[in-house]
Amino acid sequence: MSAEQEKRAIRCLVAKVGLDGHDRGAHVIARAFRDAGFEVVYSGLHRAPGEIVQAAVQEDVDVLGISILSGAHNTLVPKVIEGLKEYGAFEDTLIVVGGIIPDDDKAELKELGVAEVFGPGTPMEETIEFIREHVPERA
Amino acid sequence: MGEDDAHGDEVHAKIADLVDGILAGEQRALARAITHIENRSPGHRTLISRLHEHAGSAAVIGVTGAPGAGKSTLVDKLAATYRERGDTVGVVAVDPSSPYTGGAVLGDRIRMGSNVGDMEVFFRSMSARGRLGGLSTATADTVTALDAFGKDVVIIETVGAGQNEVDIVRTAHTVAVLVQPGSGDDVQTLKAGILEIGDVFVVNKADTDGVERTVAELEEMVHRRQGATVGLDVGHHGSGALGMNAHGTDGADVREEVADDPTGEAPSWTPKVLRTVGTTGEGVAELIETFDAHTGYLRDSGALAERTHRRYAEEIRTLVRADLGALATDEIERRGGIDELAERVRKRETDPYTVANEIVDPIARCIERDNG
Repeated sequence: MSAEQEKRAIRCLVAKVGLDGHDRGAHVIARAFRDAGFEVVYSGLHRAPGEIVQAAVQEDVDVLGISILSGAHNTLVPKVIEGLKEYGAFEDTLIVVGGIIPDDDKAELKELGVAEVFGPGTPMEETIEFIREHVPERA
Repeated sequence: MGEDDAHGDEVHAKIADLVDGILAGEQRALARAITHIENRSPGHRTLISRLHEHAGSAAVIGVTGAPGAGKSTLVDKLAATYRERGDTVGVVAVDPSSPYTGGAVLGDRIRMGSNVGDMEVFFRSMSARGRLGGLSTATADTVTALDAFGKDVVIIETVGAGQNEVDIVRTAHTVAVLVQPGSGDDVQTLKAGILEIGDVFVVNKADTDGVERTVAELEEMVHRRQGATVGLDVGHHGSGALGMNAHGTDGADVREEVADDPTGEAPSWTPKVLRTVGTTGEGVAELIETFDAHTGYLRDSGALAERTHRRYAEEIRTLVRADLGALATDEIERRGGIDELAERVRKRETDPYTVANEIVDPIARCIERDNG
């Protein structure tokens, strides 16, 4: 049954959390991920951390990409991570953050469990490559 | 199957955990199980086998229609309205657009604004991906999982565009076809396809121009179809279905009639034409009433049993075909691969029938031996 073992597409949630209304970046990312062969679930704008958690858990994504441009990452990201832990989904979800994040905060986010932070101007290939390399092994 | 034996106990333990988790109401277990189903990963057969006995109580509603008809928005409102009366809801949004890369953007979730943070609504997006065993099988199995999880209502949402989608919505007990106002010509072209499977027709965006005309056209079509196909088994409406008495639903456009079967024994369900405004939720309560009425009709008439029976017969056939197909594919590989075989046929060294015989013969012999 070799066909059944075909490698599965990487499932990814591209999430806009909080109040900023800039989703051009998220759209571009979503499309680039799609073109890279990922299966992308897009959250839409202005999502609360709880909604992101709900979507990530129910869609059983391998990767959660959070886009934040509002500067509220220090309050929003921990809430998302907490929620994922509550549902036992933190361990095997790769969390990446995109947006304008000061270096100090970057370290803090990584400490919390964010795998990588991608700032403005990061080449798309770099992000995609990072995800391919770090996507959690799942049975 | 061999795939399950190969990984042995580990897979079985994992599947058992998932089944326990689902029956205990764990979101994560359900989500995981659906991933297994989607990927047809090792053990997914065991998974479905185990879940099957716990399923069977959910009302399964299919919502289909052209792109832009407002399916996602309406499904969102449907889910919210079901929740208001205390029903738990599962949604499978199937997106059949499958670009060349195999990637996909699944955007139906964006419209689920009314059910934010309500974990009693389980929403799952599904892409087409070249799925072995077919997308409709994956959808049906996902419905089984949601049903076993304990959802009262399971909604399947998909674009109505072709045979694939028709197969998907056939998993549902009740099928709602969404039509946009002013799409009169579309109604004409759709007639031969997806419209045949509708139990309820919904003119959505009923606050825009052209509603009356579209409603009238649908009404006319429904009644013409009723005249033309009664007695013919259109594969969806049991002709042996029994009485549907008009127990008047008050919705303005709900029409309940008893159409006599020419055989004189069985009145059947006449598809209803309703109007809704997905963005405001207008007409959604009436739509749900109609779904309930249809569910009641299915149950009381025995049509549900008949429908489910037919669907399982189909499913068994599909599974067996897929399994035998896989055996044959392996055999083709053993004989040098399809290209090699095709080339030999092209060079007239052999012919297609001989090749097919050579491949199928060993399988047939095994079956004969088994039957002693």
